[in-house]
Amino acid sequence: MAHTSTAVNTSAHTIEFGPAAGLSCRECGARYDLGPIFACSECFGPLEVAYDFGEVRREDIESGPANIWRYRSLLPVPADVADKPNLQPGWTKLVKADRLAAELGLRSLYVKDDSGNPTHSFKDRVVAIAVEAARNFGFHTLSCSSTGNLAGAVGAAAARAGLDSCVFIPADLEAAKVTMAAAYGGRLVGIDGTYDEVNRFCSELMGDELGEKWGFVNVNLRPYYAEGSKTLAYEIAEQLGWRLPDQIVIPIASGSQLTKIDKGFRELIKLGLVEDRPYRIFGAQAEGCAPVSRAFKAGHDVVQPVRPDTIAKSLAIGNPADGPYVLDIARRTGGAVEDVTDEEIVDAIRLLARTEGVFAETAGGVTVGVLRKLAREGRLDPDATTVVLNTGDGLKTLDAVAGYARPAAVIRPSLDAFRTAFAN
Amino acid sequence: MSVSVRIPTILRTYTNGAAEVSAEGGTLREVLRKLDADYPGIGGRILDETGKIRRFVNVYVGEEDVRFADGLDTATPDGVQISVIPAVAGG
Repeated sequence: MAHTSTAVNTSAHTIEFGPAAGLSCRECGARYDLGPIFACSECFGPLEVAYDFGEVRREDIESGPANIWRYRSLLPVPADVADKPNLQPGWTKLVKADRLAAELGLRSLYVKDDSGNPTHSFKDRVVAIAVEAARNFGFHTLSCSSTGNLAGAVGAAAARAGLDSCVFIPADLEAAKVTMAAAYGGRLVGIDGTYDEVNRFCSELMGDELGEKWGFVNVNLRPYYAEGSKTLAYEIAEQLGWRLPDQIVIPIASGSQLTKIDKGFRELIKLGLVEDRPYRIFGAQAEGCAPVSRAFKAGHDVVQPVRPDTIAKSLAIGNPADGPYVLDIARRTGGAVEDVTDEEIVDAIRLLARTEGVFAETAGGVTVGVLRKLAREGRLDPDATTVVLNTGDGLKTLDAVAGYARPAAVIRPSLDAFRTAFAN
Repeated sequence: MSVSVRIPTILRTYTNGAAEVSAEGGTLREVLRKLDADYPGIGGRILDETGKIRRFVNVYVGEEDVRFADGLDTATPDGVQISVIPAVAGG
């Protein structure tokens, strides 16, 4: 089915999306031309990028830059994307986590530590793709609804690219996320409401003349933006020596990241870049916002929205857009969706820090907490190669651990004082 | 009961481009029925073949997501604003 694009691009330059061939509806399969559209006009299903990949060889990827653009031939971006002003995210460390593995009774565990991105969360990956889409469509203002990390990533990427930004967050976010997002000089607007209410607001703003010429990275640019999460799959496979992990634990907010990591793994298999072998995908939520986990456990294939109440604010999406697909993927791959309490989240943050020297934000506490729960309950193969994602930096959610992570003592600068304080 | 319904861009082909239209009914079900009578075909975009709200559509009566209220039986008091919004946003 043909679709007339509503792009605001009126200049003569060619729209350049590399191997992307169009958009297709994940629900009903309807096809659309590439454009700033995100929902199927037939059934409201999510649109995603469809590709015509040419030959993609490992050596071409390996000779590329040490960032996500090494995978540009698998992304909806122009061939010269690496030369444009952007934050060059990705190629973060895959930490071999032997000490954490030993604590959990696992034998081959890795932490994909995405706190190493330019604004300290995985969001730089998705935003970098959205920026290219915004440029292609002629948008001059970047916008989004955000639980915090995205606001900073959009502010920074817009600054680097020379675009304006206006981003919306729930007003009660962690102070570090608010300060960081505001520091990049774009407009940051706090909204008195939950993330789901901010999200709704942005959808309405986009349909109004106030916002109709803006590129909302996770609304009208969402099909492009979401593809950025595939780079996590590509990197993990390449860093494991062009091999898929057997088991992976991924956090769930909207569910987009998990869905796209699965898409990335399947593309690698299809292109012959990795061996076709089974992998199991596990989703992780906080108990205070666990709509997908609840649906999984109840055997449902639809997700009933909830009102979030958890310290894992970056995952506090009560009405997750890709929830149904997460359920499909967890079931198809023989994985599961599980959740942990706020107390378990804090404990897992401390466990990861103490065993591997990685200080995770609360979302990382959720994935490590779920990893621990699954391992304890015997639901993971202890001999299988397992990857757990840390998607953000603990410096952004200091309050979560402030009560536990404190100086052991404050003393005068004297040996006597030290001896007295630590005599026993 | 007269209410106003905010139409998402994707469905404005049915409303001649109007972003907001008025409709009548004491419940969401009645409002959508009236909307479909005024703009034939729009109801089938919001509801699936079994008459339920499509899984990728969010409907709000005032500030309330109707999935937290009574779904299609949610009361629509006079003057309330109803919003129909694609669900595949955010994250």
